[in-house]
Amino acid sequence: MKPELKSALIDLVFRLGDDDFILGHRHSEWIGIGPILEEDIAFSSMAQDEIGHAEAYYQLLHEHFQLPDPDTLGFERPWQEFRCAHLVEYPNKDYAFSLVRHFLYDHAEHIRLQALQKQDVFKPLKELAKRLLREEKYHVFHANTWIVQLSNGSEEARVRLQTALDEAYPMALALFEPNEHEKTLVEAKVLPSENELQKEWLRAIQKVLEQTPLKLPENPQWEMHKGGRVGKHTPHLEAIIEEMTEVRRLDPQAEW
Amino acid sequence: MPKVRSLDPRINRLGIDDDLSRFEPEEPLEQWPTYEVFVQPSRGDQHQHVGAVHAPTPEMALVFAKEQFARRLKCANIWVVRTKDIYYTAYEDEDMFKPGVDKSYREAFGYKETRKKIEQFKKQQS
Repeated sequence: MKPELKSALIDLVFRLGDDDFILGHRHSEWIGIGPILEEDIAFSSMAQDEIGHAEAYYQLLHEHFQLPDPDTLGFERPWQEFRCAHLVEYPNKDYAFSLVRHFLYDHAEHIRLQALQKQDVFKPLKELAKRLLREEKYHVFHANTWIVQLSNGSEEARVRLQTALDEAYPMALALFEPNEHEKTLVEAKVLPSENELQKEWLRAIQKVLEQTPLKLPENPQWEMHKGGRVGKHTPHLEAIIEEMTEVRRLDPQAEW
Repeated sequence: MPKVRSLDPRINRLGIDDDLSRFEPEEPLEQWPTYEVFVQPSRGDQHQHVGAVHAPTPEMALVFAKEQFARRLKCANIWVVRTKDIYYTAYEDEDMFKPGVDKSYREAFGYKETRKKIEQFKKQQS
C-alpha cells in the first residue's frame, strides 16, 4: 500500500472512531435521567453501540497499522490529536438537541458506511462497515420515528426541535468538511468526495423532514464549525476527555 | 443556596438545591398507553409474549420493544398490540378450564391403543 493511501486510511478510521467515541459518551450522559424509562434504555443502548463502534475502529488501527491498543487510543491520546467533528463535542442541552444531533449524525454515519461497504481497497473496513450497518439501521429508525412523532405533537415540542435543528444543522454540515486526504481516498475509490456524501445525506434527512413541520435553516453558517478533522476543537472536547479519562488516570494499568 | 454534591459530574452540573424541604414535586404527566410485545425468535416460530412497553403510537412501540426485549434474545420479528385491544377471560372463571369428568379417552394417547388393536387384527387375519 502506498504511504499516502495508508495515512489517508488511518486518518479516515480515526475520524470515524473519534466521532463515535465522543458522541457515545455524550449520549451516555442521559443514562438514568432520560425522558421516560423505555427511551432511557433505548438511548443508553445506542450510546453503548457507538462506543462499541469506536472500539472496533481503534482495533482496526491496532491490528492493521501497528498503532496502540483501543484503550490507549481512546483514553490516552491528548485532545489535540482527536479528529472528531465539533457536532459531537457540544454538551447536551435539552432532549430535543440530543435527538436532533443523533438524527443528523446517524444519517451521516449510515451514508458513509454504505459507501465503505462497497469499496475493496481496505477489506477489513469493508467487513466492519457491513456489521456496523446492522446497528445503524436501528439508530436511523429510532431517530426518524422520534423526530416525526415529536415534531407533529405539541407546539412546545415543535419549537424545541426547530431550535435544536437551527443550532445543530450548521455543525452537522461540518461533518463533511474537506480534508487533505480526501483526494487520495476518492482516487483510490475508498469513498466518494465529502461534497457528494453531504448531498446524499441532505437528501436522506430531507425525506424525513418532509413529514414534519420542521424547516432546515436557510444560509447556515458552518465555517466556524470546521476544524475538527485537523485537530482544531471546541473547548468542550478537552472537558469531556478530562471527565471520561478521570477513572482510568487513577491507575492506567488496572485490570478490569 | 447549597447544591447537591455528587460523585456523578452530571448531577453537579444540574445545580440541585440540597434542601429537600424546598423541593416542589411536579404535577404527574399523562401516561402513554401500553403495548404488549411478542417476539419471534426465528422465522416460522410462534411469536412469544415477552412483556409490555409504554408508547404513544405503534411505531414508537416497535422502536422501544426492539431495545427492551430483542437486545439479548434471538429475534427475527416483533409484534406489538395495544393492551386494550386484547380480550381476556375472567380469573373467576378459571375453573372452566378444569375437566369435571374423566375425558382422558379424548387425549392423543388413545390412538396408541387403537394402533395396537389394528396390528393385533392384522396378525389374526394373516
